[in-house]
Amino acid sequence: MSPSFTSRRRTLIGAAALLATLAGGLSIAPAALAQDGVTRVGFVYVGPVGDHGWTYRHDLGRQAIEQQFGDRVETTFVESVAEGADAERVIRNLAADGHDLIFTTSFGFMNPTIKVARDFPDVKFEHATGYKRGDNVSTYSARFYEGRAVLGTMAGMMTKTNTVGYIGSFPIPEVVRGINAFTIAMRKVNPEAEVKVVWVNSWYDPGKEADAAKTLIDQGVDLITQHTDSPAPLQVAQERGVLGFGQASDMASFAPESQLTSIIDDWDAYYVSRVQAVMDGSWESQDVWYGIEDGMVAFPDYGPNVPDDVAEAAELVKEGIVSGTLHPFQGPIMDQAGNEVVAEGDVLGDDVLLGMDYYVEGVQGALPK
Amino acid sequence: MSETWVLALLTIVTAATPLVYAGIGELVVERAGVLNLGLEGLLLGGAVAAFAVAHLSGSATLGILAGLFAGVLLSALFAFLTLTLQSSQVATGLALTIFGIGLSALIGQPLVGIAFAGLPSLAVPGLSGIPVLGALLFQHDVLVYGSFALVGSVAWFLSRSRAGLVLRAVGDSPEAAHALGYPVIRVRYAATLFGGACAGVGGAYLSLVYTPMWVENMSAGRGWIALALVVFAIWQPGRLLFGAYLFGGISILQLHGQAMGLAVPSQLMSMLPYATTILVLVLISRDGGRIRRNAPASIGRPFHPTL
Repeated sequence: MSPSFTSRRRTLIGAAALLATLAGGLSIAPAALAQDGVTRVGFVYVGPVGDHGWTYRHDLGRQAIEQQFGDRVETTFVESVAEGADAERVIRNLAADGHDLIFTTSFGFMNPTIKVARDFPDVKFEHATGYKRGDNVSTYSARFYEGRAVLGTMAGMMTKTNTVGYIGSFPIPEVVRGINAFTIAMRKVNPEAEVKVVWVNSWYDPGKEADAAKTLIDQGVDLITQHTDSPAPLQVAQERGVLGFGQASDMASFAPESQLTSIIDDWDAYYVSRVQAVMDGSWESQDVWYGIEDGMVAFPDYGPNVPDDVAEAAELVKEGIVSGTLHPFQGPIMDQAGNEVVAEGDVLGDDVLLGMDYYVEGVQGALPK
Repeated sequence: MSETWVLALLTIVTAATPLVYAGIGELVVERAGVLNLGLEGLLLGGAVAAFAVAHLSGSATLGILAGLFAGVLLSALFAFLTLTLQSSQVATGLALTIFGIGLSALIGQPLVGIAFAGLPSLAVPGLSGIPVLGALLFQHDVLVYGSFALVGSVAWFLSRSRAGLVLRAVGDSPEAAHALGYPVIRVRYAATLFGGACAGVGGAYLSLVYTPMWVENMSAGRGWIALALVVFAIWQPGRLLFGAYLFGGISILQLHGQAMGLAVPSQLMSMLPYATTILVLVLISRDGGRIRRNAPASIGRPFHPTL
């Protein structure tokens, strides 16, 4: 190779290295600048914003942040991120991109969040419904089971066939907790009533959820409730003249006559407060589990088919929970085998609730492990 | 108890129909030698178009037609890329899937949260009065009857008509068909557009009957299942119908099993439809020659008349 070639190559390589360093430097600089002026908040969603359920409510929380802080925040969201390896890639991208606070809104994002959090100690993470924390990872969840207790009470009073259908997503403690709280409350007002559970093994699959609802109705339930994210089951209920409860948001537009009420997840206040904490510099890793009292679990207006005495009973349950006189997991509680797992007067603590892996009496079938 | 089984069978019909539409269209396309992997995108394109038009016009019929045309348009794009521009059919099909998913989500954004009344079931007068069979066979909506008519017509077309023979010839040996003077590219275009139309109607069924609403990604993988069913059926319409009902049937029956309290883990139950389809496929493939003999010989390979 002639000398001129070699020296030209060296010049080119040197120039390229210089440009790369400059580019690298320039890309870090804007991120640092962002800290001073604008707080950047990222959101990772497990489903589409258009699911009109779980993710929809989280996105409302994101919009609340934008409304509250205006120009002082910049929000980004990534939707329909599958739980697992791809989630880590998305979270990592958001962290590397200069976000200050990242909300990961599904249980299955837990391990990816922890992993990425270790590599980015200056970024703060908020993981929904998980149980692993770090110095820069907070967890938050809502006591949905309090909402289930209200729903169960209404179901017990309104079912005529004494069989109620429950569409479950995955047999994880959160879902089992909901089933149990619902069943306990239902049998308090109606000891004959029982719950049939069908698992669709997905958080969001309108077709399968509709099939599950049809199956349960074909098998004789006259009321359905769900722990999945789309309005499909309620739509089937509306079509078949069966009553039901919405999930995560008000689904009355899909089932104007069928929906008795719904559990609404209201993340707005919590999200705004956490962004404020990041701006103030007061953000710390914490674990919160808020319920009806803090407004995280809310309800829409009662549907047209709810009689006054049922609405009254539901309000009494809500008041009891808020005042602390009523706990959804207050003894005596029997498991499916008939053994007493909670004695009269005792209350199940949070740690037991978090790992709940058995059905209470009144639920048909065995819990898949 | 028999009531439950009749109701379950009715649900099975609903579950199988979109698979039948998507599958029968793809069957014709593949018999012509074109491999269209974009079924998922076509289903979603048809679903969003059908729902949008049905909602705006109030007419389900217009919605179904809109779904059909959306399928035709999307598959026309695919056909242009693969047949005229000679791009790789596999890559273009996959791109069509991703494109369809994204485009339908974009178009469907303002449609989320809107409910639709669904298609009425058409009772065949007289016949639907028969005790069990009547409710089972003669009280479906127009698209279900259409799916049976479609499968029958395609079977007749492929095996008994001259045009069907030409199509099969194009699929098995486009060089020979070309040498005989048949317009290979035009036949493949026609087949691809037909496949797109069928998938579009299948998508319309999803958003107008199955779950009468629009939500993103509502086909949830049914396009891929339909693709597998075409191979499962060894490219024969009758077997495709059987495969779609087998898959749909097991999907529903496993839910019934769960609701009845069967002590089998739900994850295994969810796996059953896929496992059964694979099992039957394995049984069919014991005779390896059978699939090789029945598969359209030139499937997936681009054809250029001048080469």
